[in-house]
Amino acid sequence: MMEWIVSILLISGSLFMLVAAIGVVKLSDVYMRMHAITKAASLGAILMLAAVLLWHPQWIVAIEALMVVLFVILTAPIGAHMLARVAHRMKVPIGEGYVMDELQEAIDRKEMDPDAQEEGKSIDAEKL
Amino acid sequence: MESLEAYPILNFAVYFSFACLTVSLFAGLYRLLAGPSLPDRIVVMDLVASLVIGLIITYIMLTGQPVYLNVAVIIALLVFMGNIAFAKYLKRRIDL
Repeated sequence: MMEWIVSILLISGSLFMLVAAIGVVKLSDVYMRMHAITKAASLGAILMLAAVLLWHPQWIVAIEALMVVLFVILTAPIGAHMLARVAHRMKVPIGEGYVMDELQEAIDRKEMDPDAQEEGKSIDAEKL
Repeated sequence: MESLEAYPILNFAVYFSFACLTVSLFAGLYRLLAGPSLPDRIVVMDLVASLVIGLIITYIMLTGQPVYLNVAVIIALLVFMGNIAFAKYLKRRIDL
């Protein structure tokens, strides 16, 4: 029974990683690719770690698997956030079919009215 | 630990994961070579780190040695440092 659960977890985790890789190839700009990676690949790693933990039910494996899950969950959004801001600053073009660009709107507003203190504090377009 | 040969479904799952992760690595390599901008290539580094974690986990299932999970911990930490370092580097390159 246990080997079926472990197999399903392994296969679904690797399929999620495959979906992330397909997203990296097929999606049209940096921001969408970041979206594919940070969600799908993290979920794939978590599912595969669950498979290892079910197959080797020991304390040390549990602690290390929890550490990996914690690091992935904590760091993937932070890294993607910083990279997305820098890419926006580098004027990497946004692909077809986007609806709104709120960061660009905030930067424009700040450049038009540099004395707006509370605006600048709440948006903080200068600080990356 | 029991060997994988006793469980044919698990054997299939391990080799299926190896196949999926290898295809994903080649997809990442395509984006690494063809990516139009520098952030594209940094994003691929993130993907490859996740894929390597997956490969290590599949290898743990294949060999039955959970010691290799240490490597996954180290990689999960290092890739975050790499991301932050690249972001800082690009930011400094814009500011100059």
